[in-house]
Parts: sequence; C-alpha cells; structure tokens
Amino acid sequence: MTWDEMEPLLRQGTLETLQMTFWSALFTAVGGLLLGVVLVVTDRDGLLPLAPVNAVVGLIVNIGRAVPFIILLMALIPVTTAVVGTSIGTTAAIMPLTIAAIPFYARLVETSLREVEPGTVAAALALGASRVQIIGKVLLREARAGLIAGLTVTVIALIGYSAMAGAIGGGGLGDLAKRYGYQRFETGMMLIIVVLLVVLVALVQMLGDWAARRLGHR
Amino acid sequence: MIQIEKLRKVYKTRGRTVAAVDGVDLAVAAGTVHGVLGRSGAGKSTLLRCVNLLERPDSGRVLVDGRDLLALPRGELRCARQRIGMIHQHFGLLSSRTVAGNVAFPLEVMGVSRAERAARVAELLDLVGLTDHAGAYPARISGGQKQRVGIARALAGRPHVLLSDEATSALDPETTASILELLRDLNRRLGLTILLITHEMDVVRRICDSASVMRAGRFTESGPVRDLLLRPGSELARGLFPLPDPDPRPGTTVVDVTFEGDGADRPFVSALARAHDIDVNILGGSVAEAGGTRIGRLRVELPGDPAANAGPLAYLRDAGLAFETHTPEVRA
Ligand SMILES: Nc1ncnc2c1ncn2[C@@H]1O[C@H](COP(=O)(O)OP(=O)(O)OP(=O)(O)O)[C@@H](O)[C@H]1O
Ligand SMILES: [Mg+2]
Repeated sequence: MTWDEMEPLLRQGTLETLQMTFWSALFTAVGGLLLGVVLVVTDRDGLLPLAPVNAVVGLIVNIGRAVPFIILLMALIPVTTAVVGTSIGTTAAIMPLTIAAIPFYARLVETSLREVEPGTVAAALALGASRVQIIGKVLLREARAGLIAGLTVTVIALIGYSAMAGAIGGGGLGDLAKRYGYQRFETGMMLIIVVLLVVLVALVQMLGDWAARRLGHR
Repeated sequence: MIQIEKLRKVYKTRGRTVAAVDGVDLAVAAGTVHGVLGRSGAGKSTLLRCVNLLERPDSGRVLVDGRDLLALPRGELRCARQRIGMIHQHFGLLSSRTVAGNVAFPLEVMGVSRAERAARVAELLDLVGLTDHAGAYPARISGGQKQRVGIARALAGRPHVLLSDEATSALDPETTASILELLRDLNRRLGLTILLITHEMDVVRRICDSASVMRAGRFTESGPVRDLLLRPGSELARGLFPLPDPDPRPGTTVVDVTFEGDGADRPFVSALARAHDIDVNILGGSVAEAGGTRIGRLRVELPGDPAANAGPLAYLRDAGLAFETHTPEVRA
C-alpha cells in the first residue's frame, strides 16, 4: 500500500478511535464517580451507612470487573442493538466500552476517596456541613488529584478496549489493524497504527499527569 | 455554658462492649476553661464528640447554652454545630484549599455571601496572627500555624463554646505554649467557654480553671484546679507536683503538706519543730502556678512512726494545712 492509499484510512480510523474513547470516557467519568461515591458513602462507617445498597453496588462492580471485555462485548450485542439500533460501528461500541469501564473507574474512585484524611470529614461535620456539602467540598475536592490520575488510567484502558471493540465491528484503528495488518499482511500499516496508539496513550498520560500535578497540594 | 448529665456511650464491636463514657456529669460555667485529663482509651474523645453529637450518646443529656442538642432535628443540629467550635489534634484542614480558603469553608457552609466572607476571613486571620499566610496551602505551613488556622476556622460561626481534642498534642513544647496562650487570650477577650481534653498535665496547669480526671469512662475527680491541688491524694496534684514515690524509712513518718500562696508566710516547719521539740527533715518540695494561684507541696520526714506522731499531725490539721502521710511498707 502507498502512503496515499493509507492516509485517508488512518485519518478516519484515528478519528473513530478518538470518538469512541472520548464519549465512553465521558460517560465513564460520570458513572464511575457516581458509583464510587455511593460505595464510599454507604459503607459501614461512611456518611450514610446503607448496607444493602453498598452490597448491591459492590456486587455489580465486581461482576463488571470479572467479565473479560471480549466476552462482555459479545454478550452485550442484543442490548446495544436495542439501545443504539445497531451493533456495528463507532456509536454502537461506546455502549460496551462504557459498561466495561465504569466498574473499573468506580473502584479507582473508591480508592481515591478512601485516601481522603478522615479527620477532614470529621472537622467538616463539626462545622455543620451537610452530607452533600461534604461529598462535594471535601471528598471529591480533596481527592481530585487521585480522581484525575484514575481517569487517566481508565482512558488509556479505554483506548486499548476500543481497539478490541473495533476489531469486532466497531471501526477505528483496531478495525484497520485487523483488516489490513492482520488479514492482508500490510506490515507498514500495522506499524503506523502501533505508533499512533503509542503516541495517543503517551499524550493522554502526559495530560493526566499535568492535570493531577496542578491540582495536588501535598 | 456546657452541661452534661449522666452521659453514657457504649460501643459494641464483635461481641465486645466498651462503655467508652460511663455516666459522666459535668458543668462548665460560661467563660471558663475546663480540662479533662486521662490516659489513652479513657474515653476523652468520645466524651467530647458527644458534646456536638458527632457521636450520639446512648443515654444522658447534653445542653450547650441551655439548649438540649439531643432534642434538635437534623437541620437545626447542623446550625447548632456551627455555633460550637471544635479543634482537632491533627487539625483536619482541607489540603486542597489555602489558609484563607479553609477559614472560608464554614462560612460557605453557612451560606454567607462572598463579600462578607472575605471580610470575615481577614478578621479571623488577623485574630490568630496569620494574615501573612492567607494564600499558603496547609502543606507549606508549620504545625502551630495549622492549629491557628483550625482555631480561626472554629471561630467563624462566632461560637460561645470551643471544644478542643488534644489540640496541642502534635506540637512541640514552645508551639504548645503559644497555642495555649492564644486559647487563654480568646477565652478572656471573647468570653469563650472552652472544654478541652488532653493527656498533658501542663495544659491543665497553664490554662484551666477547672479540671476532671477521667479513667475507664468515668471521672475519678473533678472540680476547680485549686481545690484539686489542695486535696490530698488527688491524681492531678500528684501529676503536677513532681515528687518521687515516697519511700519512708522504718521508724519515720513522711508527710506531704500542701499549702497555698507563698510558703514563706507559713513557717510551719520551724513552728512544728519548736512546738513538739522534734527534728523535721525536709525531703523535697515543689511549687506550681495553677488555677490562678501558687500552690506548693513540701515533703517532710518526722521521727517515729505515725502512731507516735499524733501530736504533730494534729498541729498541722489545726493550722489548716492539707496533708497526706506515707508509712513504711511492712516487709515480710
Ligand atoms: N468508633 C468506635 N468503635 C468502637 N470502639 C470505640 C470507638 N471509638 C472509641 N472506642 C473505644 O472507646 C474507648 C475510648 O476511646 P476514646 O477515643 O474516647 O479514648 P481517648 O481517651 O480519647 O484516648 P486517646 O487519648 O488515645 O485519644 C476505647 O476503648 C476505644 O477503643
Ligand atoms: Mg482521643
């Protein structure tokens, strides 16, 4: 293949990978934060201890993390079809990507929130802060460097997952790698895709590190 | 003013029950400083956390400024807490906020407007002497400065009452002294009522008007510091007067005499020696400035066992002196 033949394919593939990663990261950030907060707050010595809720959310998160992504991808085809209308393409891949990444990020959120000094929560309670104020102004705010670092790890995992989703019909760089690199032995194409993915991951890591450093004051 | 009545708090953990606070009564008069002294695990923190209901007691009553906190619904309890300041051993500052941001936090919680907040923060930082550090993050200031931020933050809601949980335990002696001085100053200037817990005798000596000694959830002694120091056998007095364990020789009686004011205007040693024609041997002594007065304790040795000393002991009693006798242990 010549560069002129590869270029539009690569451009399109990169764009699709970015799209899948961006949207699934966005939904994952929201969902993961929500579940992570619920896990911490409803814990036995949390702000609002609710054992049944904690047990159910914990179970869902564990199941989500236990199922290998490639199996989740196939198992979710009927659900994706029902929600998105098709199980093929970039938009369809966002659904399984998000469902796989939320439990992953939720655990990272939980870990970060647990690292917040318990004394700060006690002090805020003594100052008359409400639970909502404590979640927003103490827990999430104090943990924000860790939350960003966790999101960085998650986004990088999503880039990897998106290649897998691409390979079974989601488009993006994974799809290109399968069709040209794997099935047609286009070594040049394969190499460029690998380089692109490495660069993409490195950029995300740098951005994440920079943001986490800016927000940490320890 | 703080009133605590028959307070009990029991923790149940995996079959083990601990009565952390086991029937405590306490009244701290408005504008005074009360110290609760006790070893680790005595229940001091639990007691303090029951005052602003961070911990809900199992029984008993808690009244702050005459209001029964246990009767308040959740929302009103939060308002009441805003008017009870609290400072902590490990400060509890938000690491993601500057010094000024930390002091502004309770004002945000209370819904104070941005402009008012800025003015009040400046005022509070001035009160604790931290104006120059308003923009610093907690990681960049010293322990003493952190506790000053804690104090400024605790005073944001203009409380009448301040609770202090080992506020100086993480600080070196010099910094401790300056924080205690600040608390004393706030107590005098703002009429702040302070309930503090500590395991350091020195804290009680320096700033408390009254004190209690806590052990296994109960008060073993409680009252004005002066009265406790004059009381023979008081644990607080033993801690404040550094005399070694008495080790009387056989055939002698060792007496610890406690006196108030300057010992000089009570020359009881020579008077006693003259009146009973005995040799009074001085073994040691110590003077403490506490509870607003000077109180001294002198250890003397009298010849003869206690039975032979009925006369001299009666003399001390008649002179109005508080004393405690130590007799040699009978060795088998
Ligand atoms: N949340 C809790 N759950 C179970 N037991 C507790 C809890 N908090 C305190 N206790 C127990 O209650 C007792 C009193 O604890 P507390 O923290 O009040 O002691 P303290 O006098 O403040 O000690 P220290 O000087 O070490 O701070 C201890 O035996 C402790 O183990
Ligand atoms: Mg304690």
